[in-house]
Amino acid sequence: MANCLVLTGFGINCEQECLWALELAGAKKAEIVHISQILEGEKKLSDYHFIVFPGGFLDGDDLGSAKVQVNRFNYAKIKSNKEKLIDSLKDFIEKGNLALGICNGFQFMVKAGIIPNIEKLPDFKQTATLTFNDSGRFEDRWVYLKVNENSPCIFTDGLDYLYLPIRHGEGKFYCESDTLEQIKKNNLYVIQYSTSDYKPTMEYPYNPNGSLFSIAGICDSSGRLFGLMPHPEAFIYLYHHPRWTREKIEEAEGLKIFKNALKYFK
Amino acid sequence: MALRIEVGLKKNLIDPRGNSLIKKAKQFFNININEVRTSDVYTIDAKIEPEDIKDFINKTLCDPLINYVKINPPFDHYFDYYCEIGFLPGVTDNVGKTAKSALETFLGRNLGRDENVYTSTLYAFKGNITKEDIELIVSELLYNPLIQQHFIYKKNDIPKIYIPKVIIKQQIRVETFDLKNFSEEALLKLSKDRLLALNLEEMKTIRDFFQDKNFLKEREKFGLREITDVELEALAQTWSEHCKHKIFNATIEYEDENGNKEVIKSLFKTYIKASTEKIRGERNDDFLVSLFVDNAGVISFNDKYNVVFKVETHNSPSALDPYGGALTGIVGVNRDVLGTGLGAKLIFNTDVFCFADPFYKEALPPKILHPRRIFEGVVTGVEHGGNKSGIPTINGSIIFDNRYLGKPLVYCGTGGIMPKFIAGKPSHTKEVKDGYLIVMCGGKIGKDGIHGATFSSEELHEGSPATAVQIGDPITQKKMADFLYVARDRNLYTSITDNGAGGLSSSVGEMAQLSKGCEIELEKAPLKYQGLQPWEILLSESQERMTLAVPPESIEEFIKLSKQYDVESTVIGKFTSTGYFHVKYSGKTVAYIPLDFLHNGLPEMKLKAKFKPLKEEKLEIKIENLNETLKKLLGSLNICSKESVVRRYDHEVQAMTIIKPFVGLFNDGPSDAAVIKPLHDSFEGLVISHGICPKYSDFDTYHMAACALDEAIRNAVCCGGNIDKMACLDNFCWCDPIKSEKNPDGEYKLAQLVRANKALYDYTIAFGVPCISGKDSMKNDYIMGNIKISIPPTLLFSLISVIPDIRKTITMDFKNQGDIIYIAGITKDELGGSELVKLLNLNHGIIPKVDATMNKKVYKAFYKAIQRGLINSAHDCSDGGFAVAISEMAFSGGLGCTIYLEKLPTISNLSPIELLFSESAGRIIFTINKDFEGDIEEIFDGLPISKIGYVNDNNSLIITYKNQKLIEENIFILKECWQKTLRDL
Repeated sequence: MANCLVLTGFGINCEQECLWALELAGAKKAEIVHISQILEGEKKLSDYHFIVFPGGFLDGDDLGSAKVQVNRFNYAKIKSNKEKLIDSLKDFIEKGNLALGICNGFQFMVKAGIIPNIEKLPDFKQTATLTFNDSGRFEDRWVYLKVNENSPCIFTDGLDYLYLPIRHGEGKFYCESDTLEQIKKNNLYVIQYSTSDYKPTMEYPYNPNGSLFSIAGICDSSGRLFGLMPHPEAFIYLYHHPRWTREKIEEAEGLKIFKNALKYFK
Repeated sequence: MALRIEVGLKKNLIDPRGNSLIKKAKQFFNININEVRTSDVYTIDAKIEPEDIKDFINKTLCDPLINYVKINPPFDHYFDYYCEIGFLPGVTDNVGKTAKSALETFLGRNLGRDENVYTSTLYAFKGNITKEDIELIVSELLYNPLIQQHFIYKKNDIPKIYIPKVIIKQQIRVETFDLKNFSEEALLKLSKDRLLALNLEEMKTIRDFFQDKNFLKEREKFGLREITDVELEALAQTWSEHCKHKIFNATIEYEDENGNKEVIKSLFKTYIKASTEKIRGERNDDFLVSLFVDNAGVISFNDKYNVVFKVETHNSPSALDPYGGALTGIVGVNRDVLGTGLGAKLIFNTDVFCFADPFYKEALPPKILHPRRIFEGVVTGVEHGGNKSGIPTINGSIIFDNRYLGKPLVYCGTGGIMPKFIAGKPSHTKEVKDGYLIVMCGGKIGKDGIHGATFSSEELHEGSPATAVQIGDPITQKKMADFLYVARDRNLYTSITDNGAGGLSSSVGEMAQLSKGCEIELEKAPLKYQGLQPWEILLSESQERMTLAVPPESIEEFIKLSKQYDVESTVIGKFTSTGYFHVKYSGKTVAYIPLDFLHNGLPEMKLKAKFKPLKEEKLEIKIENLNETLKKLLGSLNICSKESVVRRYDHEVQAMTIIKPFVGLFNDGPSDAAVIKPLHDSFEGLVISHGICPKYSDFDTYHMAACALDEAIRNAVCCGGNIDKMACLDNFCWCDPIKSEKNPDGEYKLAQLVRANKALYDYTIAFGVPCISGKDSMKNDYIMGNIKISIPPTLLFSLISVIPDIRKTITMDFKNQGDIIYIAGITKDELGGSELVKLLNLNHGIIPKVDATMNKKVYKAFYKAIQRGLINSAHDCSDGGFAVAISEMAFSGGLGCTIYLEKLPTISNLSPIELLFSESAGRIIFTINKDFEGDIEEIFDGLPISKIGYVNDNNSLIITYKNQKLIEENIFILKECWQKTLRDL
């Protein structure tokens, strides 16, 4: 049975609803763990199978979103064994476990060089980034997302579309053109900002930030490591949908991402 | 040698910050700049070689994909001008602080006491522009001299390394004042020079108290005689208008318009507290839990949880530094809720702003920032404060009136939830015993915010202190809140309060009343930099700090947990039962005041109030083109869409928001209230709304207050709020109501305050909706030379309602073709103060009067109808009247309608213009499925409702009057008019 860890601390602020999402998706073992508990050696990543990096404002996004968290993972050492946090995360990934980064967590995964990567395992070298929205502003709005059916991503298995909110100021996906070619070739782009009839678009506000190739989320070549700007944990009740008072809402779409993750362990 | 590290965006990438400046320079000054590029400058003032921190510079300070980095660079010759803007010494530099802490992680060691990291922003300009152009752009759009330093360079100049280190050369000393020899003039001069904001009577009370022989003998035991600066400052702060609400507690001789006189002993006790107590006495449930005794009001949510709600204002600081002022406002009110009882978890924010026209074109009086800058700064401040703290901003509004030019109003609210019992004790109570330790938790102390409490108790004037400005740090506070929730549940402390106005002096002074004494050791308090005088440490309003009482046996675990969460906590003394507020610095007593005198020694103020109403006269208005008038109204500042602002706030973090600020077919219709579902395992919910009507203040503040309360209740009712389970907060923002040479009409303004309080009493009782907490801000004036600008008296009611099931709530957008449109409530000839009258530049008219008895019946029936699932959509009729409300419902739902205007319930003969635009209170437009007509008629039996039209599937809004078409317009054209005004701001 999968043991799930939802990371929190230093500005992460969506940990509670990520835990709720896991519980609603059927997780039997899931808990919120503060980064300091890992640094103190109270909790070990090696005891878990699925890590969620939730959204928030890590360290205020002061040096650019999630930059200080990457710095923390790269240089802070765990008290009990003097191991760097990042090495602990490398072990976790090498074991074939799952990682999901949402918004600020996605920014962390990209800037730590965990995704995108075409090799079997990430080399922890940053090849892409998420930067300021073209509008120059933070925005909260719901977006239509087209799922790339050819992507290896296990989190979106069986899904064609998603409707979720974005809430960010630094969500514009950007990389060099050769990296983008690799992403396209290997189908590492998982979801794209779309018009309401689910055609990928660069048009604002459907594409709320000007992301390259309309990319809203990417994964690694194994499909186990997935990051996205929209918030699946913000649509876990039917009543989260902005139009639930006027439309028949069949299912809380964000939950599907978490259900797929848990299904992977069955 | 310090390192100057410049991090900019690579040349091929667009620079949103630069482009936005180009746009503004063109828009506001008609200056054409070809190109603006911006970069972040980090100045590392530490004994470190660049080679040693190469990876830190290249990977942490810079994003290699998008940034270039230069170390100690000369300027690029490509640009014509440069401007670097950094903070003044001592001003909170959040990014610098984060960079320093990241550098320490990288190095694996802490930086030395003299080492630091500072940040600034570099703007590079290219174009056919002069240095004067740059000066204008920089001073008007970028730089605030109260908090920042700027340097303008030409292309060949060499950039300076700017290190805003705080260096204080002054010796630490405690000044004393031999007050017995002070004349009245000397006392007043002392009050003025030290910004004490104490009047003569108060100064004399202090002087006399410090002559008491027994007291002096007692003082001698601790080596004290004359009053010290620490004592004087502590008294001034505790006795400030901001903290003691002297005007609300004054004895007022009030004379009404007919010459009838009455004496009112404390507005607060007579009207606010008395009405709440009356309502509490009439209820036979436990809905009202804690009222007026704590930092915020507490009501019952369900069997297991209580809910906490508080709204604060932060007007004066926001006038000086809109960004820092508003940011501090929101994180400050967060701490109020965090410091209520044993501390509540923060679950939502609200914000209401009052600004002058952002497109204001007249010349500005001195020292006033353009309303557009205030707007932008305040919005960004609240955005950062709320979003970075992970608290959804779910409700608010913006009111425009050019009398807010001198002082904008910034209301920030926060709600929290807490279990009813923590470790077996009621969570809304506090306990402090003799011997418990005083612990300061959170940020460090600097000079920021000194005299904030006394400063906000004055009008804005030439000498307004820059140190009164603070910039909050949401992340330090978020870390502290995360820590405190854990410490609370482990029962590690017994009392908590925030350090806001008055700093430690206020927080410890208040908490010490529970144990009857305290002994503070000031030298133990952690400082941002050395050199602070003892009185400054005591009074500083540096942000992100809470004060707690920790039993000695829990302190070890408390401190350990605090360290683990990266939060600074320090024991700075202990609570005692001596009866004294005792402060020491390095072993020496610097203040020794009886707690009773500190808190109760303030002489009562005696004031006069005289009322004269503005005459209300019926208006005769003729309008040729009603379509055009409606479109103009929809686009007017007080009515138009605020979406460009609201989208900048995260309104759904924490996954509780069920009715969001924008609703309807395209998620862009204006919601009347917010609905949240605070618990994961329950459908119980909260409806949050507000009402504010300063537009009626010039006529009669009595009706202004009544309309505001009715509006708050009505907004909540429209979404499904239950009038039997509602509580509200009152926030008064007034212009100086004390008569003086510079304020000749003070008696009238005080009468306006009396009138508003009378209405608060009458209407909260009539509706059965009590005030559970509130705040006042009484000096919202600007005086500079001969220019005086006073705000219109402004009262905000913020409201919270507990509901059993969020699944029953509704939104304001039309839902289905064929639905029947109803209106509840009576339309009267009440165009006075209306948006139409403002649009037409008219005066007078008759203002709305609230019939609470009738409205309450309607609201109760409405709740019943919603609970039975009969209502498809509902919207309140307020600004702009019926015509605006029906337009909003139509374009939000993407459906047209046909309205028969003559069917609106009235009690006298009204003209079509009155029917369309009158802003009578108590009205709700709603739609139902035609099958439910009978049920609706039954529920509303005997109440003024009327069937007024139908929802269509064409895109036209059609309003007819006795078979004549008055208005016919495409709903999407109407929507565009409503959306375009503030879209680009």
